[in-house]
Amino acid sequence: MFEAILIAGFGGQGVLSTGQLLAYAGMVEGKHVAWIPSYGPEMRGGTANCGVTISSRPISSPVVSEPTVLIVMNRPSLEKFQNSVVKGGIIFVNSSLIDLRASRNDVRVFYVPANEMAEELGSGKVANNIILGALIELTGVVSPGAVEKSLQEVLPPHHHKTIPLNLKALETGAKLVRNGQKT
Amino acid sequence: MKKVFTRPKSLKDMPFHYCPGCTHGIVHRLVAEVIDEMGIFDRAIAVAPVGCSVFCYEYFDCDAYQASHGRAPAVATGIKRVLPDRVVFTYQGDGDMAAIGTGEVVHAAARGEKFTVIFINNAIYAMTGGQMAPTTLLGQVTTTTPYGRSREVNGCPVRMSEMLSVLDGSAYIARVSVHDPPNVARAKRAIRKAFEVQEAGLGFTMVEVLSSCPTNWGLSPLKALKWLEENMIPYYPLGEYKKPAEVG
Amino acid sequence: MAKILMKGNEAIGEGAVRAGCRYFFGYPITPQSELPHYLAKRLPEVGGLYLQAESEVASINMVFGAAGAGARVMTSSSGPGISLMQEGISYLAGAELPCVIVNMIRGGPGLGNIAPAQSDYFQATRGGGHGDYRVLVLAPSSVQEIIDLMQDAFDLADKYRNPVMLAGDGVLGQMMEPVILDDEIKPPSLPEKSWAATGRMGRDRKNLINSLYIVPENCEIHNLELGRKYAAMEESEQRWEDYHTEGAEMVLVAFGTAARVCKAVVDMFREEGRPVGLLRPITLWPFPWKRVSALADSVRCFLTVEMNMGQMVEDIRLAVNGKRPVRFYGRVGGMLPVARDVYREALKILDGGAD
Repeated sequence: MFEAILIAGFGGQGVLSTGQLLAYAGMVEGKHVAWIPSYGPEMRGGTANCGVTISSRPISSPVVSEPTVLIVMNRPSLEKFQNSVVKGGIIFVNSSLIDLRASRNDVRVFYVPANEMAEELGSGKVANNIILGALIELTGVVSPGAVEKSLQEVLPPHHHKTIPLNLKALETGAKLVRNGQKT
Repeated sequence: MKKVFTRPKSLKDMPFHYCPGCTHGIVHRLVAEVIDEMGIFDRAIAVAPVGCSVFCYEYFDCDAYQASHGRAPAVATGIKRVLPDRVVFTYQGDGDMAAIGTGEVVHAAARGEKFTVIFINNAIYAMTGGQMAPTTLLGQVTTTTPYGRSREVNGCPVRMSEMLSVLDGSAYIARVSVHDPPNVARAKRAIRKAFEVQEAGLGFTMVEVLSSCPTNWGLSPLKALKWLEENMIPYYPLGEYKKPAEVG
Repeated sequence: MAKILMKGNEAIGEGAVRAGCRYFFGYPITPQSELPHYLAKRLPEVGGLYLQAESEVASINMVFGAAGAGARVMTSSSGPGISLMQEGISYLAGAELPCVIVNMIRGGPGLGNIAPAQSDYFQATRGGGHGDYRVLVLAPSSVQEIIDLMQDAFDLADKYRNPVMLAGDGVLGQMMEPVILDDEIKPPSLPEKSWAATGRMGRDRKNLINSLYIVPENCEIHNLELGRKYAAMEESEQRWEDYHTEGAEMVLVAFGTAARVCKAVVDMFREEGRPVGLLRPITLWPFPWKRVSALADSVRCFLTVEMNMGQMVEDIRLAVNGKRPVRFYGRVGGMLPVARDVYREALKILDGGAD
């Protein structure tokens, strides 16, 4: 198996840590993983993206230039990255913040109102994990159990109380796919 | 016959390369006497600068380093942080310490690095041919201020002792002179105090020594000492600018 | 043994600690900041010292002092800061002091930017500062290799009494990969340094840390001795990785991050059954010319891929010595080569006739 996942959004949306969670889960499962951020002089509020590669074979390049999966959390990221996705790939669009449709018709596109759904669960902060849950359900790139285990490792101890909420968000995203929603 | 005067053990038995009438020799001897008298020769480490006194690493018989121009305080920082129980001193001229190495000495003092700087202020770059130093006096003629140092063009001379004494990390700062025997004796006492304060771990220490450069000043050795007394001391007042309470 | 996900910059720090380095002197610059952040926290845990200097000039001279005093010591920076250190590195080489200098190379020249680049290859491999000297340069291309090479970096520095540079870039520094770490950190076993100037402490001769040889005859002898040392390094320390070079028609040559991209390119060719391989220099100096020279007897052509305007390509051409064509592909200014583009370039050369 091989997935090159690009997660992009505003700085502060948790894009980098979502990628780290995914990479960690891959490592927990004994797969080869690499995580790489974009970085800029702006510490906060700028655009942020990270690439996560998860593979059953050693990873040649950690740089995700042709993602198999793209997660976009804001409109500029959709405009910037949608054309880089491989044919037959997947795009997850956070439709809470993006009022634009993807222009690609050779990839599968999922529109997830992640912020609204996260607010319904109790916190907008878990929006990323709703999409992550959908991604995992759809691709099987890692198992939900590996993600659960990784949350313990990736989150600092004083945030462990948020683990149940994060798990709920992942499950909500997974259900979305299971129910065949592709709005 | 009874020996009444001898070379300090901390100085190697070899001739200095300094010009006739240069006061480096006196200051070398004072430092060596203090090392001998304090019994710290085995723990002493010298850091030599770039300038006339570059070869002081040869003259002091203790372990030594030759630092790049101006960076002796950074080198001494590295040494002392690795070997905190040694007695480390740099020996630097005014070009080395007060021009190219200003950043290093200011920040070593600010950090309170526990070593001693012996700072030779002779108001000129000597080794490179008598150019203006940051400490050259206004009106003083040098090879790069042939019409005399001008305030408008070159700015005013830097007073390092005053400057470093206001930093919280400095513990002992004194300016002395070696133009006559009573002042030579006072200079030795200041060097000893600086080493003692270093040993007590109280912070950064520096002794600025007003020195003569007969060759580049174009004066005889005696006239040079007189010039120092009459011209340098008024601009660079002698005295202890900073000293910890527990040291005399 | 623990497997953890680690950033490259942090791996440099942990690798250094495990190699017995207890002193770090440095000045902040992007993109290597996670390394000082890590060591500022980590070194005190093992009884070491992290000291932030007032400049890179001061940093490298603090390294000079600590190295002269016999410590395992390092500093790190990026392009502009490494330029400022060059005089100090020359002094370290001249005084034959062991230390490790990390350069996480960024886009240049001048202030350039903070994006990944390999444009300091010349500076690193040609000495960089004034005088006739060499620095041993190691170029890792994964986070695990960073950990492994840090131990080698300090060991080689001590073995040859010479500065060793670890050359990386922002990608290597920022990326996270799993690394395997021993659970137990062994106390460092450092070689005896009878030359160190530590205070005489009863020694019957003085030790001197010095790079001044005022008499030309003596300075020539010193340079010849250094030259013999560099020749020994060149003989014994060339390192590289072969990736599918067996039977290769074309060999890509790339180091560090560019080599990672090129591995993907080789994979693309191999999937199509085309014999393309990669030679990845691990030591940039000494350059692995022995391997390049041997490959020149069997391959049709070389394509060097660098994140600069073509620097290592000169070493490859020297090693190939006209036997085969050596082509160059580069991205600069902080841009990364993309596997698809390199593939196209290689294909053009292969199908268009290399000569």
